[in-house]
Amino acid sequence: MAVRPLTGNYAVAWGARLSRVKVVAAYPITPQTTIVEKLAQFIESGEMDAKMIRVESEHSALAATFGAAAGGVRAFTATSSHGLMYMHEMLWWTAGARIPVVMAVATRTMGPPWNIWTDHSDIMGQRDTGWLVMMAEHNQEVLDMTIQMFKITEDPRVFLPGIVGLDAFILSHTTEPVDIPEQELVDSFLPPRRQPYVFKAGDPLIMGNIPSSLEENMKMRWDIHRSMEEAKKVIQKVDAEWERLTGRGYGGLTECYRCSDAQYLVAGIGAWVGDMREAVDYLREEFGVKIGVLKVRFVRPFPREDILKWASSVKAIAVFDRSVSPGSAGPLFLDIAAHLMASGTMLPIKDLLAGLTGVDVTYEDIANALLRFVSEVEEMGTVKQPIEWYFGR
Amino acid sequence: MAINIKNLPRKKFVLPGNAACPGCPESMGLRYVGMALGEKAILVIPAGCTSVIQGLAPGSGLGFPIVNVPFASSDAVAAGLAAAKEVVGEDAVIVVWAGDGGTADIGFATLSGAAERGDNVIHICADNEAYMNTGIQRSSLTPFGAWTTTTWTGKRERKKDVPLIMLMHRIPYVATASIAYPTDFIEKLRKAASIKGFKYIHLHAPCPVGWRFDPAKTVTVAKLAVQTGMWILFEAENGRIRLSPPSKPYADKSRRKSLEEYLKLQGRFKGITEEGIRALEKMVDENWETLLKLIEATS
Ligand SMILES: Cc1ncc(C[n+]2csc(CCOP(=O)(O)OP(=O)(O)O)c2C)c(N)n1
Ligand code: SF4
Repeated sequence: MAVRPLTGNYAVAWGARLSRVKVVAAYPITPQTTIVEKLAQFIESGEMDAKMIRVESEHSALAATFGAAAGGVRAFTATSSHGLMYMHEMLWWTAGARIPVVMAVATRTMGPPWNIWTDHSDIMGQRDTGWLVMMAEHNQEVLDMTIQMFKITEDPRVFLPGIVGLDAFILSHTTEPVDIPEQELVDSFLPPRRQPYVFKAGDPLIMGNIPSSLEENMKMRWDIHRSMEEAKKVIQKVDAEWERLTGRGYGGLTECYRCSDAQYLVAGIGAWVGDMREAVDYLREEFGVKIGVLKVRFVRPFPREDILKWASSVKAIAVFDRSVSPGSAGPLFLDIAAHLMASGTMLPIKDLLAGLTGVDVTYEDIANALLRFVSEVEEMGTVKQPIEWYFGR
Repeated sequence: MAINIKNLPRKKFVLPGNAACPGCPESMGLRYVGMALGEKAILVIPAGCTSVIQGLAPGSGLGFPIVNVPFASSDAVAAGLAAAKEVVGEDAVIVVWAGDGGTADIGFATLSGAAERGDNVIHICADNEAYMNTGIQRSSLTPFGAWTTTTWTGKRERKKDVPLIMLMHRIPYVATASIAYPTDFIEKLRKAASIKGFKYIHLHAPCPVGWRFDPAKTVTVAKLAVQTGMWILFEAENGRIRLSPPSKPYADKSRRKSLEEYLKLQGRFKGITEEGIRALEKMVDENWETLLKLIEATS
């Protein structure tokens, strides 16, 4: 093992390299670009034995990645924002075809106007496609999850594609010390590629023609849903195995920080979970507020059971969303609220819409918003305004 | 290299249970692809008539391995598939089978990208000169003057010359073909399969449903397209263009059949005026002129 300073994007590239990816297809877009640049360098220098398809669009990037994977090899792509939206059709196709591939998404807001900073509009816009979707908090997690995601997606209980998300610039372009595992270690962890079927000459296999039965077609959607449920177990198991090998585990679908005695929870995804930890430390020390951070690692499959468990002993939950479904609310809030309510867990829950379009959010901002939330609940036993836009102090 | 129909493989790749209309040119074309490439082919098929012709899942009316893919994605999927086959060392011929829409309109950037990169793929454009699958809407390959459901008074623009555009990608092999000349098409397919890199074959495919002619006359109409000079059969290996035997006589304008003979069989040209016919004729002449000059320049 060697600890090296790596940006989030280079951590992704290392993850793909160590996973022995055979085909990479991608198209440049800030802030993803340095992932493919690094992979191109690995490949051209001979350090990585793979082919690079320098496609002419993101639609083609995922199409070529899908094609390579359907042809039987491990394939990888990466994108951001408008690129991800441009791929959207192919996301459905890849998941519907049950072809495992891994994609990194350096999350970036959507235009107009042109804006390269982070929010989660792009990645959250893919929730319904049938891809596993996770967000990392730091660059070590980015590298580890790129490798783990291959193992998870290629597990026969899952056989679905997966996204590893990392916030634009906050992770993608920020250098942190990252432990790069040895190739032998990754080889011992990651079995040779498995997938439900491979297109081969002479074998008249057909995928995607018109269904004779719509019920069977609907069952295919159901099967994706069931595999997502199965994926929860696989994610736990793979993470535990990785922890045994490297000492680094992430709690599977969620991690709860300072939750054992917590009366309040703040939930979020991605890099600002690190700021939430700081905010919680600060609120505990300075104000004696018993609050913990619910780090939601996987958005799909949605960790319903974990969230119910953590929520069962608290008074109220605040959810930070870095994207919004205009006319409704933030997507993480909607998921958490719906699943709590469906299981009969009724507690005050507040959506804090913050950091959209890349607005900087510091731990002080988070602490400030949480302090108001806690006093609101303490005073009134409920939240006045369940959906609140936070533009900074 | 001459191909005799008697020596072609007997194995059928277009099977009973396929859902093609009577007289369908695409099912004829697919049969010839099977004869030419046999067990080696893996087909990548975007949305279009052939999505339907295959028949209903979980069955298949075609004997090839088939990856159905989104409309605009075929050449990129094929590029990935070809890369995978190179990695695993499998001897497969990756074929994109796309309509004129999937080739010249929505799929055009993807096609151009794969051609420029030289991905090891054969792209066949099954050109029935409109979006038939969605009900006969015009495409950029619909000829001037033709009725479609989005050009009720006849298309005002001329047909885009995709084979020449592909030629200008400087790919190793470009050819035109017609479903009326199977041995010519099969020969071209086999040649394409023997060349590494990106190969483009544009197959003229008259469609009785969309062109409004008697389904018994698909081959007649296709032949007339060649005999009137409306469709020119040629091939270009490494940029050197040659007329193919069926089209050779028609380099001489006086030997071409009159355009009316071709147009009058097709309901889609019912409304074309005398002036429209002259305009079409002029386009045919221009196409020949350009091609003959290019042949001279590249020989
Ligand atoms: C992105 C997208 N847009 C539109 C469609 C609808 N659509 C399906 S097939 C088709 C036309 C196909 O025309 P062409 O490529 O010429 O093939 P043909 O049907 O004539 O064989 C269209 C517009 C689609 N499937 N996907
Ligand atoms: S519409 Fe034309 S091309 Fe399409 S299946 Fe029918 S005959 Fe064939």
